[in-house]
Amino acid sequence: MLGYALRRVLSAIPIALIAVTVCFFILRLAPGGPFDGERALPPTVLANLRAHYNLDQPLINQYFIYLWRLLHGDLGPSMVIDGFNVSQLIRIGFPFTLTVALTAFVIATAIGVVAGMIAAVNQNKWPDYVLVLVVMLGVVVPNFLMAAILQLWFGVYLGWLPAGGWVNGSILHLVLPVTVLAWPHAARISRLMRGSMIEVLGTNYVRTAKSKGLGQRLVLARHAIKPALLPVVSYLGPGLSYLLTGSLAVEQIFGLPGIGKYFVTAALNRDYGIVLGTTILYMFIILALNLLVDLLYAWLDPKVRYR
Amino acid sequence: MKQVLKVEDMSVTFALHESEVHAVREMNFALSEGETLAVVGESGSGKSQAFLAIMGLLAKNGRTGGRAMMGDVNLIGLAPKQLDVYRGKDIAMIFQDPMTSLNPTLRVKTQLAEVLVKHRGFDKGKAVKSAVEMLERVGIPEPAKRANAYPHELSGGMRQRVMIAMALLCQPKILIADEPTTALDVTVQAQMLDLFKTLTDDFGTSLVLITHDLGVVAGVADRMMVMYGGRAVEKGVTDDLFYDPRHPYTLGLLHSTPHIAKRAERLDPIQGLPPSLEHLPKGCSFNPRCAFAFDRCLNERPPLTETGNGREKACFYEGPMTYGKVA
Repeated sequence: MLGYALRRVLSAIPIALIAVTVCFFILRLAPGGPFDGERALPPTVLANLRAHYNLDQPLINQYFIYLWRLLHGDLGPSMVIDGFNVSQLIRIGFPFTLTVALTAFVIATAIGVVAGMIAAVNQNKWPDYVLVLVVMLGVVVPNFLMAAILQLWFGVYLGWLPAGGWVNGSILHLVLPVTVLAWPHAARISRLMRGSMIEVLGTNYVRTAKSKGLGQRLVLARHAIKPALLPVVSYLGPGLSYLLTGSLAVEQIFGLPGIGKYFVTAALNRDYGIVLGTTILYMFIILALNLLVDLLYAWLDPKVRYR
Repeated sequence: MKQVLKVEDMSVTFALHESEVHAVREMNFALSEGETLAVVGESGSGKSQAFLAIMGLLAKNGRTGGRAMMGDVNLIGLAPKQLDVYRGKDIAMIFQDPMTSLNPTLRVKTQLAEVLVKHRGFDKGKAVKSAVEMLERVGIPEPAKRANAYPHELSGGMRQRVMIAMALLCQPKILIADEPTTALDVTVQAQMLDLFKTLTDDFGTSLVLITHDLGVVAGVADRMMVMYGGRAVEKGVTDDLFYDPRHPYTLGLLHSTPHIAKRAERLDPIQGLPPSLEHLPKGCSFNPRCAFAFDRCLNERPPLTETGNGREKACFYEGPMTYGKVA
């Protein structure tokens, strides 16, 4: 198991390198630059700025400079937000983003698994149909529209919840953003869970469990849930990264102080440092999540125990 | 002898989109204490469904009629919760495919011990200890080690032994074995049948052996019931049916079984295919494949009637049956 984990970590290194390279060059291929404002800067100032951020050097040199700094854990400076480097901005914004995304993740996964199970056990009865409807809404309605509807309804018409903004430590301000973020995730998880649960309930070993007179609760809890969770678990890694990235947009909509605020403006302003730094951070998170999922798999399915 | 199970007028039907399929009709039999009853028939004869119905394990669209009396309890029509009092304790079942019948995500000992925890109220430690003892009894070497294994770490024969151990943990009155040897190697089959014989004798358990393999029946069963198209067509003591079959279908089955001592050039299979349960032929269900069928068989269904000596058959033909004509 330990050897397997180690091998997986090692094999992540070339993947990371490829991802960094691709991101770096794609970003540079996009037209415009960090200093293209509405009003053109004087040529001398521009030249100084470009020299300061090494933008005057050939692209390939810039790439190796960036890579060298990255190896030393330095994500470089922000080119637009004066006086901050990327690591600082991530440290300011990312904890908030992580909190929002993880909250949504935990809530959505729990709801999704339970709802999927209920639907599977009551296949083609009313709880199943209700689930299908709720799931459809979650998957079909994009998050910016869902956010607007919920803001309007609960924030403005009913006035139950704040429509946006952030007050330190206020859970109420998080209810709507987390809901918007969690809904599609819960929807997908519940669909997966329903499908795999129905499959597992039809297996011979569940029939055996029933024949032993264990009773429905034990048959479900001990014999059906674990194997039924397998496809769900393989979705959890990509699912969480979905939430982390989705959180960027949702934060922007609700005016929350996460990293989304910096990322979205940085992307519009071609702030290479922030965009690249955030992307690399996310890449590492996704790689780590996938590794975690694979290890979790081994626990759920003894046939995939790694040597 | 005391009867442990008495099935009366049992039927099993499955609702399809627009029609109904009768998988089992008018089934009647009694199982005595300690006896082994073989239920024989081709695929689709309803033999498995009949016993799944008794265990309450039919697919969702299945309906069961009639009675299956275990003592004073009618197993048919019990709610799953009430049935769980008896399932696994007084009546247990072993399935055809040991590869898929054990839960791949749970250790062998967990799957065994839970039966004792549920039905005997053992605590976990005691249940595991008893489970290991039972594994030893079914001939599993190093039972304490094997108990910690996952099913995929065991061979097919071992897994079937685990299934047998699991079914016998509570020393049930009735054990239903649905094609228990079909998925196993021939050498393992013989060991498994010996094991059945020994254990059911030791525990005084009555065994229902569902099979299409007459070789299996010959060695183990006291009585047999031959099924065709969802109905019993012949019943009696195993030896009688083997040496003096009265139903052309039984005769056909016997002749389509290879014999180890006789070197036949070719086997004589029963011609044709088993009928679709949705469209059974008019009259006797077997008449399209029967060499002895006459006009009465085409219009009228022969009832199952006693022919003396505790035998029953459902056939109008009374003349001599020599083989070769069946083909």
